Amino acid sequence: MSGEQTRKLIALAFIWVLLLLAPYWMAPLGGYTALGTRVLVLGLAAMSVNFLLGFTGVLSFGHAAWFGLGAYGCGLILKFIAPSTPLGLLAGTMLGGVMGGLLGALIVRRRGVYFAMVTIAFGQVFYYIAFQWSSLTGGDDGLRPFSRQPLHLGFTTIDILNDSIAFYYFVLLCFALAVSLMGFILRSPFGRTMLAIRENERRARFLGIPVERHIWIAFTLSCFFMGLAGALYALVNNFADPRGLHYSQSGDFVMMAVMGGMRSFWGPLLGAAVFVILQDYLSSITINWMSFVGLLFVLVVLFFPRGLLGAIRRKSEA
Amino acid sequence: MTQLILFNVTNGLIIGAFYVLMALGLSLILNLSNVINFAHGGFLVIGGYIAYTLTPYVGFWGALLIAPPLTAAIGLVVERLLIRPLYGRDPLYSLLLTFGLAFIIEDGTRFIWGAQGKPVTIPAFLAQPLSYEFFFITGYRLFMVVVVLFAIALLFLLLRYTRLGIRIRAGTLDLETVSALGVNVRTLRSLNFAVGIFLAGLSGVLAAGQLGLEPTMGAGVLMPSFIAIIVGGVGSLTGTLLGGLLIGVASGLAAVFLPAASEAIMYVLMAVVLLIRPRGLLGEEGMMT
Amino acid sequence: MVTHSFSRKMNRRTVLKTAAAAGALQVASPFIVKALGEAPIKVGMIDPLTGVYAAYAQNEVTGARLAIEQINVRGGILGRLIELLVEDSANDVGTGVQKARKLIERDNIQFLIGDVNSAIALAIGQVSNEKGILHIVSGGHTDGVTGKDCHWNVYRVCNTTSMEANAVAEQLFTKYGKKWHFITPDYAFGHTLQAAALKDLQKFGGTMTGNELTPLGTTDYSAYLIKARAANPDVLLVLPQGGDMINCMKQIAQFGINKQIQVAGLQQELESLEAMPPEARVGTWMFEWYWKQPGVPHVEKFVADIRKMNGSKVPTARHWFGYASMMTYALVANSEKTLDSVKLARALGGFELPPEVKLQPNKCYYRAGDHQLMTSSFVGQAQSVGKDDFEDLFQVDTVIPGDKTSPPESETGCTLQWPA
Repeated sequence: MSGEQTRKLIALAFIWVLLLLAPYWMAPLGGYTALGTRVLVLGLAAMSVNFLLGFTGVLSFGHAAWFGLGAYGCGLILKFIAPSTPLGLLAGTMLGGVMGGLLGALIVRRRGVYFAMVTIAFGQVFYYIAFQWSSLTGGDDGLRPFSRQPLHLGFTTIDILNDSIAFYYFVLLCFALAVSLMGFILRSPFGRTMLAIRENERRARFLGIPVERHIWIAFTLSCFFMGLAGALYALVNNFADPRGLHYSQSGDFVMMAVMGGMRSFWGPLLGAAVFVILQDYLSSITINWMSFVGLLFVLVVLFFPRGLLGAIRRKSEA
Repeated sequence: MTQLILFNVTNGLIIGAFYVLMALGLSLILNLSNVINFAHGGFLVIGGYIAYTLTPYVGFWGALLIAPPLTAAIGLVVERLLIRPLYGRDPLYSLLLTFGLAFIIEDGTRFIWGAQGKPVTIPAFLAQPLSYEFFFITGYRLFMVVVVLFAIALLFLLLRYTRLGIRIRAGTLDLETVSALGVNVRTLRSLNFAVGIFLAGLSGVLAAGQLGLEPTMGAGVLMPSFIAIIVGGVGSLTGTLLGGLLIGVASGLAAVFLPAASEAIMYVLMAVVLLIRPRGLLGEEGMMT
Repeated sequence: MVTHSFSRKMNRRTVLKTAAAAGALQVASPFIVKALGEAPIKVGMIDPLTGVYAAYAQNEVTGARLAIEQINVRGGILGRLIELLVEDSANDVGTGVQKARKLIERDNIQFLIGDVNSAIALAIGQVSNEKGILHIVSGGHTDGVTGKDCHWNVYRVCNTTSMEANAVAEQLFTKYGKKWHFITPDYAFGHTLQAAALKDLQKFGGTMTGNELTPLGTTDYSAYLIKARAANPDVLLVLPQGGDMINCMKQIAQFGINKQIQVAGLQQELESLEAMPPEARVGTWMFEWYWKQPGVPHVEKFVADIRKMNGSKVPTARHWFGYASMMTYALVANSEKTLDSVKLARALGGFELPPEVKLQPNKCYYRAGDHQLMTSSFVGQAQSVGKDDFEDLFQVDTVIPGDKTSPPESETGCTLQWPA
């Protein structure tokens, strides 16, 4: 094994050890398990956005729509159909993914700024529907009450409702599955093609690659992942509300991806961790936390466009 | 019934006029610089608050004249410091930056002027309806339409007959050639941005008389502006103008038949346009020709 | 006597500094505690300090701070000082829930107050119930909190929509007429407001000429006002709250509608009236608490105390909500001599607020069956400016006690399940 590969393996191992032991090292540092769970879920969402943004080069600024749909899908199942967490997760993932796929087909011909505007507008359509269709979604009050159900595994029951540590590991499991799948796709020939499209779309087209179809597939895949993240988020809150669909939520996810490093796989998770923890901490000590978060956006964009991991990498290469 | 429809269409045009003012500013900035200015609503709020602060000293009319240029000046500083570094890059970055800027503006106005809404008084002779029958056409709303028409006329004259205007129009079509012809593209972009923000500031002053002035009011006006641009066609100012009026009228008509849908109708309209004619009504065509 | 770093003059800007100081206090508290030899009791407050409800939320926090100042000066609760941890829910349910977990799991609060936003109040009520923490909803009005979503550990200070409707309905019907037209904000709270008022209208034998459902965040009400005018009602009920209320009233005044139709509504707040230009301050409303109550004991002192913390402005109902919520906890804990949530929750059923806390002429107590505070409704007319006080924007006609405006416990839909 080359030095490069060993380093990558060590980094990977380090990340997983951190994640596995999080409930134990977070508390002494002033954190709390629910915060870690939230970082995982929002990190998955940021990584899903990055799947499209960083690896295909497509700017979708309304991706929270699929996140929110995932949350509602999960919530609706838990509230109206069956008290089953896995079913809720599946429903949320499907709802986000399928709707994304359908609508994606309409807009893949657009690019750049126009694509971004249209995705924002689409996101707002769903926001509006969730808001107005209050008989189904609860409108502004949100979809409630429902709660994550304990998992009955035949030989044992895992109480993810009341035990925050058990819930954290459940979310970590889902996260691990999703992330492994994501990595697998990115390393496959399909993933390579996505990179090619990002680097030079015209050349990819000349090479005979059906660019629109690839973008549509990448878009749909990222929507499935977003749906899963949204469903998990509904479980975290025992709640689903229209804000999860709003373009400001999309903006947060894109920011996490950029802040952590768009060109890297794990960057968005780091970005999510920094963003969530910073916002949590700042909003407790000052009511002007919005200015600080906004300032963070501005500074990252101006001075750290490659994100934290990008900056670290450059230092190590120097 | 016909009277109700007539009333609401007229009313829709008045509402639409306001959307047009906001959307035009947004469109200008988008067309030349490829920047989606998420902070546009924030500049509206700044314009409104500046007007509120100035009114005790220079009266409503003074505030109307001074606040928009002041807001434009702030916009100029913002453009120079924050947005200019981003022009060569992916549009993602300017989007994120203006997004963060919107946060800062909202929080900043809350910090300076407080969270509570501010009462803005308009001159008494404007604050009354034209007649008993047409009570919804108040002097102020009519005044708003007049101001918007005036602003559109000025913009038209600027773009048609001044050197700056011609360069902006040319730049929208082919910035590279314009640069090769010796025009300072950086200054051009700055001035273009300033014009766009001037329109936002003007919208803010007008809005302050009509709505409650508080830090979060900017967000609600941003989406209709977006939709006006998409419906009218990205790249065309005339399209934006039409788009704004169209969604205003659609909203007014919806209020007659299905009030709950009066906001939804904008999105439905956008969806229809995207499906049938994706480039918008007048997309990618000329500017104010 | 213990001196406190936070009992000094506060104006609007120093609310921010105080928040920072509170944060610093969290860090510094171990040292203060060592000086006293006793760990402080931590109380959490979650409110949307940023966002559209910021003005109301910040006032609630100020009211709670005054209460804590006064309680700590008198020796705190069971000899221990109170420490207030304020968290911003940012008008977002996910954030509110997260902050609730943080306060309970990490900061070990004993008592929770919040939220102004009804949806968040319900969501954090679920969390507080899960963890068994006593929780008072200071400013969230949705009926469910003391109705079908009630919990054994949750009490509420502010009115329900039914109470608000019942307070105003009779005066509107007898004084102004039987044909009512509604402008209703199109979300759950708006619908319940309208349903409650409609119920009263039908009980009196009146008719509804129309119900305009306006999307939240509507800026232009002209279309709805056109229809309302065309329907020719006696009373126009304006139900939107916050910024929407301000927009609607401004336009009503500009259109001159208030000169032809009696404008009215249910809940009105001083913050909203202050944000309107004087000519828009019209109509018949109910306030949940008002600062100008000549002859009612202790009110003047409260007003003076709040003025010192509030940039010399008079208190609003929101200040009183925060104040009453916090004082309730201190009073019941000191009288029951325990901090156990279950015991305190049981003791609060039927608990009556003393004059220096209730700050109103009628009896004010928590109802055991639904945990709702039977607080009075102040019904009256908005006025553009007071005769003697420029801050007196509301002319109170009558003050109706809470148990007269509230439907009986059996009708609220609340069934309490106490822990075994």
